[in-house]
Parts: sequence; structure tokens; C-alpha cells
Amino acid sequence: MDQIALAERAPDQPDLETEERAEGAKQVSFGRLIFLRFLRNQAAVVAAIALILIYLVTLACPFFAPYGPTTRFLDMVAHPPHIPRFIDAEGQFHLQPFVYATVQERDPKTMQRKYSPNTAQIHPLRLFVRAEEYTFLFWRSDLHLFGAEGAAVFLLGADTQGRDLLSRILFGGRISTTVGLIGVAISLCLGIIIGMTSGYLGGAVDSVIQRGIEVLLSFPSLPLWMALSLALPKHWNAVRIFLLITILLSIVGWGGLARVVRGMTLALKSEEYVLASRMSGGDTGWILLRHILPANLSYVIVAATLAVPGIILGETALSFLGLGIQPPMISWGVLLQDAQKVSFLSQMPWLIAPAFFIMATVLAFNFIGDGLRDALDPYSKF
Amino acid sequence: MRTYILQRLLQMIIVMIVVMVASFVIVELPPGDFLTTLREQLTEQNVDPKVIDSTVAMYRERYGLGENWFIRFAKWAWSLMKGDMGYSMQHNRPASDLIGERLSLTLWISVATLVFMFIIAIPIGMLSAIKQYSAWDHAFTFLALLGVSVPSFITALVFLLLSVTMMGATSVAGLFSPEYVTAAWSWAKFVDLLKHVWVILFIVGLGDTASTIRIMRAKMLDTLGEPYIDTARMKGLSSAKIYFRHALRVAINPIISSIGLRFPQIISGSTIVAIVLTLPLIGPLLLDALRGEDVYLACSILVLLTLALIIGNFLADLTLAWLDPRIRLES
Repeated sequence: MDQIALAERAPDQPDLETEERAEGAKQVSFGRLIFLRFLRNQAAVVAAIALILIYLVTLACPFFAPYGPTTRFLDMVAHPPHIPRFIDAEGQFHLQPFVYATVQERDPKTMQRKYSPNTAQIHPLRLFVRAEEYTFLFWRSDLHLFGAEGAAVFLLGADTQGRDLLSRILFGGRISTTVGLIGVAISLCLGIIIGMTSGYLGGAVDSVIQRGIEVLLSFPSLPLWMALSLALPKHWNAVRIFLLITILLSIVGWGGLARVVRGMTLALKSEEYVLASRMSGGDTGWILLRHILPANLSYVIVAATLAVPGIILGETALSFLGLGIQPPMISWGVLLQDAQKVSFLSQMPWLIAPAFFIMATVLAFNFIGDGLRDALDPYSKF
Repeated sequence: MRTYILQRLLQMIIVMIVVMVASFVIVELPPGDFLTTLREQLTEQNVDPKVIDSTVAMYRERYGLGENWFIRFAKWAWSLMKGDMGYSMQHNRPASDLIGERLSLTLWISVATLVFMFIIAIPIGMLSAIKQYSAWDHAFTFLALLGVSVPSFITALVFLLLSVTMMGATSVAGLFSPEYVTAAWSWAKFVDLLKHVWVILFIVGLGDTASTIRIMRAKMLDTLGEPYIDTARMKGLSSAKIYFRHALRVAINPIISSIGLRFPQIISGSTIVAIVLTLPLIGPLLLDALRGEDVYLACSILVLLTLALIIGNFLADLTLAWLDPRIRLES
């Protein structure tokens, strides 16, 4: 990795001959080669940028969200999404997008809520507005990315309690995306430790661990998660439940990773360099950490990237069923609970919006995992 | 072959025992006591106190409640093996009554999904590999990646949204037309089921179909690059013969062996899809049982689902051994 490409050395290199030769055949390090290969896969690069954006926006959600997750607008319950307008009711064009405030009415026959725009006054959308105060990483502020002047703006509509869906999706995303990362980190640790032990020690230990993983993988994961999540004490607070759910998801999910690691370890342990290390007196721990783990790592990272969606979807499914993250904490699955009711969905189709955020995140992880796998494939052409 | 089957059978039994212990422990974990709940429930129904006492005593005896967990487990496991799945406190009925039809319907739908998946995925995967980088290949590769990323319950929700907004449906699409829901099984009911079930198969099977397409394409590409395919070509065999007799036979093995892993996913998928679309499958029953701390019902469902999976895996392994002489000869 730290082997610097010769062609990139400082121009005042004394050895001219070497430099000339390097010009002819550019030499790049393994890490850089993988990076360059990854860059060639445009879909993966787009996905990587999208994923960075998703994580940035959800982590700093108090700033990007126009409102807090529990801020209620009682006169705007079930308000449909605002579409930013450029042309007002008189047909005049405005350079700055704006929205109209709305007045709530009831349909006299069906008693359904209806919102009609009040076209007398326009409310321009502005960037960097001062609104609700929030604390982000010990830092108090009231600056938000955008907001409408003198009116509430719901770009993705409001839910049944008059809360802004976009803000709630961003706050929920913070939980959903974190669950994926923490869950995979735990799965990764378990998978690496157990997989390496199983592959390196072999024999009876290997058989027992492999049968164990088979049992784990032969459980239908969702029913198992459902059963396990109900074993969690109900009186615990939301943060604890969140952590436990994450652990629970990774406990069921490490089997696949352990199999990948075991296979790699099995192939590597008969390599000459491992043998050499053992002959020169390296003990098992040293060999595993210093020789086998680094060689494994790149493939394990690919497997881990492809395992994140499973954990995110697991959390979403559990929370969706009401067995996962508990209110007041919100996640994308919790938000989708409302969309499960046909009566809600028919009147407020925008409640399904969190699903698209879930799909985008999962798709991004899959694209990146694919791109990484292709980049690491030693047989792929370059 | 016989030793192979015996080996696998033995393994199945061990896995089953582990699964039973695990399910029992998991379901026993939540706080709350079956007998207390039962007593409360019977009291609410104004049952004669003497009857309550005797009922409670009967269950205490039958399941060894109040004794240590090992005896409880042994009693439960023994009665399960005799086909008695315990008693559902929520529904006040023996659990086997509740599980019966729902479980068989769930299994049939899962198997149908698997078949549906094969019928769709294998030709598409083959086509993608044979015509690599064609417009078809790009389109299917993209669709497959999309399919892998969309969990079945979101597909179900989108389907729900579409049927509600576009077709103005007020209730959820079920497995049967209203007039057949309670009817006894007949040819007409079966035809009616076929009319409704394809949507469910599509929703449940989408993710697995997509990933099977991807595996099929990759394996087919690998196989087509093998020297023996070139040999076959040079011998002057027709393309159809090369693709189906020589390439497909080898490329399909990982798909067959992945049935074992697909089946749990399909069962999981059908569980949540059934909850979203309120289908009369095992999923909603399990959710209710777990929520209501209906220990024996939940436990029996978990064990039966896993049993179905293990048998499915066993059959998949047998198919694989039958198809691939290398596996047969190894053992």
C-alpha cells in the first residue's frame, strides 16, 4: 500500500535512468490499483458519492431538516407535500422558489381534510434560515439548511400528527443507517474471530463451528428476530433497545461472514509464507494477526459491504412490525408503520416516502460492494 | 450414496434437536407466565373457579410448569413429537388447529415461489450470459440489482399503494375472492387461488429471483469460458446443445445448492408479506402469538418452519448429489 508509484516521485529525482524507465511502465501500488479500478466502475462511484451524501445528511440531520422530529403543526395534519413553485397565481415568474400557505377545510360530505392554497401571499424558500433551536454534538444552533419565510413547508408532506415527514425521515435515517454500520462492525468481529479460528485450527473445532453456522443459517431469520426481539425487556429505554436490536441483528448475521473468512483462512494457511513464519517460531496469534488477517481483509471488507443492507433491512422490517426500535426513537421502519394501514395510505400516499430512502441506501451499498468486488478480482482486466 | 443420505439424515436430526432447544429457550425468555395468563383469561370469561383450578393444574402437569427448564423442555418436546403442539391461550384452541391450514398454505406458496424463481431466473441468467453486454443483458443486470435491493415488504407496500390509488381498492388483495374464503377446497377455489397467487409469488420471490439471475449469469459466464466448451464447439455441436447439455448442467449447480439458503429467505419474506397484505399464512399468526406471549403456539410455529426448511435443504442436497457425480462420489 505504501509503495509509492515511481512516476509520482519528486521531479528533482537524481537517478534519471530510473525515472525514464518508470515513465515507460507506470508502476502503481496494490491499493492504488484497486482504487483506480474502482473509479472505472461509474455506477459504483455514483453510489459511493450518494452514500456519503446520505450519511452526511442523516448524521447532521438537525441542520438539514427544516423542523425537529416531534415538532407538530396542529393545523396542518396530513398535509400533502408542498411543491416549490416558480410561477404565482397571476402568472408572474419568480426566480426564487416559493410556496403558498394553505387553509384547512373539511369536505362537507366525506368530512375529509382538504387544503386550499392562499394565493394572496407568497412565502419564498430561503437557504440558511434561523428557526427551531437544536443541539448537535454539544453545539447549540438554530441554523437550518432551508425554510419558507413566514410559513411551514413540508416537501414530503406531513404525517397523521402534523409532523414534517422529510424531517422525520432524516432523523429516522440517522438511526437506520447507524444500525447498519454498528451491526456490521459486530458481525465482522464475530465473523473474523470465529471464521479464522475455524479455518486455522481445523479438525473437530472446525466441524463443530461449521455445523453451528449451518444451524444458524437454517433458521428463517425474520421469525427468529421477531422471537428474540420480544425477549427484550419492555421497560428499557429506547437507546438500550436500539443497541440490543443492533446486537441481535448482528448475532443472526455473522454466519455468512464467518464462512467467507474460514474459506480464505483455509486457503492461506498452507501458503509458503505462513509456513515460513511458523518455522521461524511465530505463534498462532501472531500468524493469524500478522499474516492471515491482512490477506483476508480486502475480501472481508467486500463481504461486509454487502452485509450492511441485510442488517438495515432487518432493522427496518422489525421496526415496521413494531418489534424493533421503539418510539420516541424513530427509524425508517417506524415511519413505514403508518403506511401499513390501507386507510392511511389511500389518503396520504406520500407516507411511503421512507421506502425510497431505504431502497436508495441499500442500492448504494450493493453497487459499492459490487464495484469493490470487481476491483479486487485479480483476474479482472485493467 | 446410501452413506451420504444416512450422514445427512443424522445431521438433520442433530440440527433439529438444537433448533428445538433454541426455540424453546428463546420463547421462554420473555417475562410472564403462561399459567398466570391462562388463569386471568379464564377468570375474565367467568369460568367456574373449580374448572379454572383443574384446567390450570392439568396444564401444569402436562407441560411440567413450575419444574426446572429441562423437564419442561422434555415434556414439551415429547408432546410435540406426538403431534400435540400445545394450547393457544389467545385463541383458546389447540395450537395444531390454528397452524394446520396456514402452515401448509405457507409451504405451498414458498415452494411455488421457488419454482417461479427458477422458471424466471434461469433463462434470463442464461440469456444475459450468452448475449453478454447486449441491451438485454444491461437491462436485466440493472433490474436484478434493483430487485436485490428492494425488500419484499416494501414491494408489498408499493403494491398496496398502487392498488389503493390506481385501482381504488378499499381492502387488501387476499389469496381468494371473497366468495371462496371460507369455502371448502374445490377445483373452483383452486383456480381462484391461481388467479390471485401470482402477485404474491412475484412480491415474495422478487429479491431471490434477482439474486439468482445474478448468480446464474456469473456462473454461466465462467462456464462458457472453460476449454471444454471450446472443444464442444470445435466438434461442431449446435449452440443449443452446447448451452443446455454442456454449460447449463455445470452452471446450475450453485443455484441448486443455494436452495438451502433461499428457502429460509423465502419463508422470512412470505412471513412479512403476509403481515402487510393480511394473507391467511403463518406470518400474521406468528406475530400475534409472539406479541401475545402465546408461548406454545409461537414455539411450535418456529420449530415447524425450521423443520420444513431442514427437509427442504435435505431434498436440495439429494437433488444436487443426483445431478453432480462429483458430490456423490466424494462421500
